[in-house]
Amino acid sequence: MAALIEEAGRFYSYYNLIYLGKAFLFTILLSFAGCGIGFVLGAGLAVMRHPRIVSFAPLRWFALLYVELFRRIPFLVLLMVVFFAFQLAGADVTMFTVAATTVALSASAFSAENVRAGLESIHPNQWDAAEAMNMGGLTALRRVVLPQSWRVIIPPSMTYSVGLVKATSIASQIGVLELTYAAKILNQKGFSAALCFGTILVLYFCLCYPLNLFATSLEKRLAPSRNR
Amino acid sequence: MSYTLQFGQVTPYLGYLAGGAWLALQLAAIAFVLGWAIGLGCASTLHYGPRWARWPIRAYVVFFLNTPLLVQIFFLYFALPDWGILLGSFQAVVLGMSLNAGAYLTEIQRAGFNSIRQAEVEAAETLGFTRVQSIRYVVLPHILKVLFPPLSNQYIILTMTTSIAAIFGVEELTGRTYNINAQTFRSLEIFSIAALYYVVLTLIASAALYAVGRYFFRIKRSPF
Amino acid sequence: MPHLAIDNLNADYGATPILRDVDLSVERGEIVAIIGPSGSGKSTLLRVLTGLLKPRSGRVEIAGEVVNYTSAAALRKVRDRFAIVFQQYNLFQNMTALRNVTIAPTIVKKRNAAEVEREARALLEKVGLSHRIDAYPDEMSGGQQQRVAIARALALKPEILLLDEVTSALDPELVAEVLDTIRTLASEGMTMLIVSHEMAFVREVATKVVFMADGRIVEVGPPAQIFDAPQTERCAEFVRRILRH
Repeated sequence: MAALIEEAGRFYSYYNLIYLGKAFLFTILLSFAGCGIGFVLGAGLAVMRHPRIVSFAPLRWFALLYVELFRRIPFLVLLMVVFFAFQLAGADVTMFTVAATTVALSASAFSAENVRAGLESIHPNQWDAAEAMNMGGLTALRRVVLPQSWRVIIPPSMTYSVGLVKATSIASQIGVLELTYAAKILNQKGFSAALCFGTILVLYFCLCYPLNLFATSLEKRLAPSRNR
Repeated sequence: MSYTLQFGQVTPYLGYLAGGAWLALQLAAIAFVLGWAIGLGCASTLHYGPRWARWPIRAYVVFFLNTPLLVQIFFLYFALPDWGILLGSFQAVVLGMSLNAGAYLTEIQRAGFNSIRQAEVEAAETLGFTRVQSIRYVVLPHILKVLFPPLSNQYIILTMTTSIAAIFGVEELTGRTYNINAQTFRSLEIFSIAALYYVVLTLIASAALYAVGRYFFRIKRSPF
Repeated sequence: MPHLAIDNLNADYGATPILRDVDLSVERGEIVAIIGPSGSGKSTLLRVLTGLLKPRSGRVEIAGEVVNYTSAAALRKVRDRFAIVFQQYNLFQNMTALRNVTIAPTIVKKRNAAEVEREARALLEKVGLSHRIDAYPDEMSGGQQQRVAIARALALKPEILLLDEVTSALDPELVAEVLDTIRTLASEGMTMLIVSHEMAFVREVATKVVFMADGRIVEVGPPAQIFDAPQTERCAEFVRRILRH
């Protein structure tokens, strides 16, 4: 233990702190870019899958197939598939792009489920009324259903995005500079594993815990009253 | 450079890969059972145990829920030896996955305990049930029914999570995929096939769990 | 020429037939009440007329014009002519009373917002809710919500108004205020189809009563005939049971 405290002085040097800070930012960036893109994609898929909006059945089947496929592939395997697919396409992209694409694909499938649950939480009579008044499916979605379903969609999406922040640690496998990769590099430079991995565990915690708390409080605050 | 997809080269390995899938299922099962036991112990302590025992459990749960599993295992595997605790890669993976699952399963089972309806227990008492009878016929069936869907969901997640073991050299599904890739260099093909294996594996697991839930607990909601 | 002519209409729900060979003719300004046991197809008839459920076969004419339920464009025309008020009000929960009334005319019909709002305020006043204009559905009683729903339907300026058990979900003391609103409309000559269990009200306002059972129209006649001298055994039995209460 004493050795660890003595080493900590050297570990938390100016250079290492800058390095870890940069990695921390990249973890945040990777998570948020991936989640953002994934959420938009997922919302689109959920809309595509909704029989009150899309009457063309094959489009609905496509959305179902997409969701069932991508939410059943482990992050690491998906990461490798995306990595090699980019390579095969001859696209010269950064490892960050590969990782962000993976996060987005994974997030899109799970967001689609969350958004679908949100849309399904709205009583069908709202769709009936809109339809009887000649509103099209998309108008009814935008004006009537979505404004009511946000409260059901957002809390689980927040919780899920915490899961994705944690999953980004796997991007270290292809050499994206984020927290886990930084810890591995520092460890290889000779710093003790306890310090390297212990430090980033704390950093991940500082990122995820507030997000989770926020999600829980949102869930309580947005809990739908019986009607509105 | 022209690279064309050639699945022919990887077909001889499909059986080898299936063996990896079997190991993945076993790994998930071990982690699930251990995690379930940890979760049951922690959740019942939170619910019925002494006050002083609660905050270390809460700390454990909150910490494991808010940090990545991969880094948890890195810590177990690389940092524990500093204190003289040497774990093999398989042991580190199983321990990490179990501790991680234990945190989730604590949360899930705590919710199960909280869902016990006192009115039902009282109703059972007024009908002259003994304590054991009321647990056997009233409390347990209710808890199992409430817990079954999130528990099955957790098992599916665990099955997918086992792929992380490959990073530590465990030759489960993903680990064997890495091996085949090193031999054939048919990377996209073999990783796509591995992805499909996971899809099929979890679909089968979902379907089986759905059937069990429907038969024993009359749970109608489809997992798909 | 009848305002609404229904000829040999059939509809199914999955494999179960729920409307069988329905024939009905409604003159302009007529108030037709549809009564019958639950599951007899009364509400289904209204849902089919507005195109919420596709008919399998048969013909519907409005003012001599054949209604086409097959294409989306044709369906839009149908819905311009009918407006429906639902049993559960189906107000948009995320909008105030005023917005519920103005949304379709402004968004769907693209009419001038100021003009629509003026009309909406007048309609809400007519149903006795000028003081609840900015209330959300969950802040209103069932009776108030149902009156907003009626104003919302009227804002579309329908030719024919369909009322689907509009008082069934209401507490007894709130029924009267909704019936009063309908009575006012009736006196103004609006053509209406009313599915209702309020027999006293039906007897008072209806010009014609339709008795349905098992998806068929069993008997049609003026209220006096249906309630006092029914011609069919089924109708007689239904009326006897209902009026005993």
